[in-house]
Amino acid sequence: MAAEYGPLGVWGAIVALGVLTFGIRASFIHLFGRIDEVPDRAMHALQFVPPAVFAALVAPAFVAPTGSIAVVGNERLLAGLVAAAVTWYLDDVFATIVAGMATLWLLRFGL
Amino acid sequence: MSLVRLPPEVRRGVRDVAPLLIGVAPFGLVAGAAAIDAGLTPLQAVGLSVVVFAGASQLAAIDLLGSNAELLVVVLTGVVINLRMLMYSASIAPHFRALRSAWKSICAYVLTDQAYALSIARYTDAEAELDPRERRRYYLAVGVSLWIVWQCCTVLGIVVGARVPDSWGLAFAVPLVFLSLLIPAITTKPKAIAALVGGGVAVAGDVFAVPLDLGLILGGLAGVLAGVVADTVLATSTREREPGGGH
Repeated sequence: MAAEYGPLGVWGAIVALGVLTFGIRASFIHLFGRIDEVPDRAMHALQFVPPAVFAALVAPAFVAPTGSIAVVGNERLLAGLVAAAVTWYLDDVFATIVAGMATLWLLRFGL
Repeated sequence: MSLVRLPPEVRRGVRDVAPLLIGVAPFGLVAGAAAIDAGLTPLQAVGLSVVVFAGASQLAAIDLLGSNAELLVVVLTGVVINLRMLMYSASIAPHFRALRSAWKSICAYVLTDQAYALSIARYTDAEAELDPRERRRYYLAVGVSLWIVWQCCTVLGIVVGARVPDSWGLAFAVPLVFLSLLIPAITTKPKAIAALVGGGVAVAGDVFAVPLDLGLILGGLAGVLAGVVADTVLATSTREREPGGGH
């Protein structure tokens, strides 16, 4: 749990992430005019950040929720697949959360 | 409402962003609830939303904090996730060129996927022809609306999340939010390959217990690399298939 970091640890991480994120956002907005050359190849590569990172966040939580790959009896994998189908057809955050959580609860408490 | 007396571009921005706010709200609720679930204090949870104000990186940071990852890894992971905003910053910068430095900083602080997407569409609308002040008004109407809804929903999530029993597995809402971001992000074949490699490497990182929870960062980097390679290979093979190209 996050409480184990000590009083300043979590705040340090929050501030550091905030400052660096602001730096990323402000970078070109402030420097435009001083750097005209945006490195094309770097910008091109950045378009792959969202699919790569979001998949890296999703896959372990569904496929290996306890640290090893589990298919049989893995309620999260099934809930994830149901939620994926809902996203695919409805493209709605709320519907995705409801479908995934409802499936998880059904498997956990209902069956 | 006194909405009628607001400048036209402010009204327009609020109207355009309204449907997106409905999508942002549950995301904000999860950010608040998951933070409490992971052991952050309510003040830290609000602080994260105000200081960072970038949902995907907040959720990843919360997830890692909840599993006692190294703080440096928490920060680095969030930064990798937010790197995509370099692209937005570069793309929108020419439109903010005439603004004073303080306005530029405010605009940068509220830069999000949604604010970028709506504003760039408005600015490139040939019929609009906005002057710098109108551009600022539109952008800030969108960005600040998102900010207000995000903060309110975080607080609501903190209040609700503190009352939900652990057995409900509320933390599972976090990957579900990422799932709803992932699927629309896969628009091309190279992006699908980036996602497959990113997800695969991250799972391998978990299974083989890569130290310091670096699996996510490694997955992200491997996925981006795979996407770039796939894009280059696919572009080359397309060119070879159509000799002369007819362009």
